[in-house]
Amino acid sequence: MQLTLWTYEGPPHIGAMRIATAMQGLHYVLHAPQGDTYADLLFTMIERRDARPPVTYTTFQARDLGADTAAIFQNAVGEAYARFQPQAMIVGASCTAELIQDDPGGLARALDLPIPVIPLELPAYQKKENWGASETLYRLVRALAGGTPSARDGRRPLCNILGPTALGFRHRDDLVEVTKILAALGIDVNVVAPLGATPADLGRLGAAEFNVVLYPEIARAAGLHLQKTFGQPMVEIVPIGVQATIRFVEAVAAAAGVDPAPVLAGAPSRLPWYSRSVDSTYLTDKRVFIFGDATHALAAARVAATELGFKVVGLGTYTRELAREVRAEAAFHGIEATITDDYLDVEAAIQAAGPELVLGTQMERHIAKRLGLPCAVISAPIHVQDFPARHSPQMGFEGANVLFDTWVHPLMMGLEEHLLGMFREDAEFHGAAAPSHLPRHGVAAPQPVAPAPSVAAEPILLTWATDAEKELKKIPFFVRGKARANTERFARERALPLITVETLYDAKAHFGR
Amino acid sequence: MNAHAPLPALETGCDIRQERGQRAVFCGLTGIVWLHRKIQDAFFLVVGSRTCAHLIQSAAGVMIFAEPRFATAILDERDLAGLVDANEELDRVVARLIERRPDIRLLFLVGSCPSEVIKLDLSRAAQRLSRSFHPDVRVLSYSGSGIETTFTQGEDACLAALVPEMPRAAETGAPALLVVGALADVVEDQFARLFADLGLADVAFLPARRAGALPAVGPNTRFLLAQPFLAETARALEARGAKRISAPFPLGAEGTTGWLAAAAETFDVPAERFARVTAPGRARAAVALDLYRERLAGKRVFFFPDSQLELPLARFLSREMGAELIEVGTPYLHRQHHAPDLALLPAGTKVVEGQSLDAQMDRCRSEKPDLTVCGLGLANPLEAEGLATKWSIELLFTPIQGYDQAGDLAELFARPLKRRARLEV
Repeated sequence: MQLTLWTYEGPPHIGAMRIATAMQGLHYVLHAPQGDTYADLLFTMIERRDARPPVTYTTFQARDLGADTAAIFQNAVGEAYARFQPQAMIVGASCTAELIQDDPGGLARALDLPIPVIPLELPAYQKKENWGASETLYRLVRALAGGTPSARDGRRPLCNILGPTALGFRHRDDLVEVTKILAALGIDVNVVAPLGATPADLGRLGAAEFNVVLYPEIARAAGLHLQKTFGQPMVEIVPIGVQATIRFVEAVAAAAGVDPAPVLAGAPSRLPWYSRSVDSTYLTDKRVFIFGDATHALAAARVAATELGFKVVGLGTYTRELAREVRAEAAFHGIEATITDDYLDVEAAIQAAGPELVLGTQMERHIAKRLGLPCAVISAPIHVQDFPARHSPQMGFEGANVLFDTWVHPLMMGLEEHLLGMFREDAEFHGAAAPSHLPRHGVAAPQPVAPAPSVAAEPILLTWATDAEKELKKIPFFVRGKARANTERFARERALPLITVETLYDAKAHFGR
Repeated sequence: MNAHAPLPALETGCDIRQERGQRAVFCGLTGIVWLHRKIQDAFFLVVGSRTCAHLIQSAAGVMIFAEPRFATAILDERDLAGLVDANEELDRVVARLIERRPDIRLLFLVGSCPSEVIKLDLSRAAQRLSRSFHPDVRVLSYSGSGIETTFTQGEDACLAALVPEMPRAAETGAPALLVVGALADVVEDQFARLFADLGLADVAFLPARRAGALPAVGPNTRFLLAQPFLAETARALEARGAKRISAPFPLGAEGTTGWLAAAAETFDVPAERFARVTAPGRARAAVALDLYRERLAGKRVFFFPDSQLELPLARFLSREMGAELIEVGTPYLHRQHHAPDLALLPAGTKVVEGQSLDAQMDRCRSEKPDLTVCGLGLANPLEAEGLATKWSIELLFTPIQGYDQAGDLAELFARPLKRRARLEV
């Protein structure tokens, strides 16, 4: 039993719904009580879809439990088939129906419908949303995939794109960018799955020469199956950031046997020049905390460190399935990964890391707002704001441009920062003023809390000498909080109860910028 | 007493039908979203699955700005394997929670579909935990499970769980009025002022804003339901000797007047005083409603079943705003509690109790109503098909009862129509 105030991922059947809703001509019959129908609003309100998800819920009630819930399920399957005439169906149980053990797969099979009916076993008490999406896509691909590549005969190479779902973070726009890159390389797309695919389309998956897996959480299992069964190689580089996109282009070109050079020529992204532009100097070693699903957190860490020159001071994910990869990436940045699905742990980690920028989910956006830190959203759980009206990909060269803008704009502009420092004694820049672009006007940004000492040290009472306090006020306000925290940490580590001007500058020398 | 006399015939003149099939409604857990704000020192701990946790955060439609006063104890495989362990786990989770939140005075263990199916006895757990945290925290339980409760019935189950905790009222002396059902504080205060002006000295509200301030109940209690979905709570109050005052629900000016009048009559308020006290409210409501009548008059309205507020809302739209009712769906129809509202509906109004979603959507499409009142999940699909919708959950989150909210209530229905008229794209 886990005390949960808020959760990053829904149950696994929500993942199955994300697959079903992304597809056409597929229907999902979910053995579930009425409350589970809330899931519709995720798709119709958050993603603003214009149709109900293709899901029939059995909505059994307590009075049915003593009677025949199996019959209710069978009726629902029969009626859904008659009404929606799908090409294929998936059937399964939500958490409650899992307990009553009606065997949806067997019951549906007994109806002997003239279409493929694919049973899903999604253990609701062990697994979560992304796993459910992955398992559902895998089951569908396993049951329906077919076809073989035709002879090349001068035709363009053909690939499948696996991964984009309904309710996915920028999947809609990423798909546009990736398709654009493939087209520029002279590669045709055979099937995109699940987004927009029909069950019949899945039957043609085998016709492609290779697969592009965009979101490993969701599509790796399906990609591996196709690799094994159809001998299709898999390109699994997530093209988020300039370097990753270049590696993606090279890998895809190699898989297709085409020349990547024309696509890589010129300056396909503005990010490299914008990062080298002198106004970006102030981005150097900006302390950034990153948390999200594994795909986006991993990519963000690389981009932040190597393409924007930030210092990654925190990295974590709620995707336990890919914890190993995230731990390795954290080690690369010399830190320890935060692997958790408890947002309070994430909040504590953010406070301990004392970042100047948070890249996270909508939950980290709230945490950052509370802490007075700038933040950009890089990952699901999904929010209505993550479906912007404009094109806003994360992937590809255009995606890199979007990352530059969305991560840098929340920060104070570099020149602005220097000017504020120069004019800080002017009336409108009094010491207690916070940067005007931050949400809490007039309140000083909260100071990062020093990480708790690993050994239980005797807490010492720190006192600031008057002249040291005065000196601290001369430090520009936007670094003052950090200066205070660093000095106190320095004093605590050395058991110095009185902080003098000397302590302040000793600490400055010790910590560097 | 003629205890065995037949119930009064409820001839309504409405065309009432039942329907069974797929439903598109929330479960009773959803009520936590407004109940936790109403009872300010209560915490709601759902004992359920990840689905329950996901439901509440999705239905609330908001991320958490501060640490919330609701949470889910998510059952995992080990809890399913042995109930003894589940109880121990629950004790551990509750102890951790209370340690974290010393401000909590009342803890509700809220049952869910999974906890009901595995027969985890939360009432016994609540007794056990109440003993161990006595006197700092009282622990109660109720079920918000979707196999037993629909949306607003969660509030009913919660309030019914409070009734045995209410102190016993003196059996002699003047009768007291108890207003039952969660109302926005602003509405509650308006009603309290009106009752005071009517000369009712002893008026209390259930639920109270603080856990320790539960009103007393006894044979001298006369209670007035402020919400139409409180069947169990009413039964529990009646079991403690309280008597229900039959009234239309206080939605719209007419409903508010009828509701107040029923109380006034019970407490022998002179007609002249009633007229004098209610006159300013009625006048203000009349002005406010005039603003929207043109927009709503003659409009054809279709209600999907959702909150059990549908009947009194339909009565308001039809009688005060001149709308035409095509179909009034309700998840459950308590014929006695709704009798005064049913009697006010136009003869022949089609009332459908229960739901068969796809069939109902077919009827709605073929009727092409001017306004469809439905749950959040259905609103955008219907809008995309060209139908104007009002999402019904807003009717629970917005103060709509009483004279001074009558205009706001009309505006909620008028806004989608106004918006459609406004947009040129």
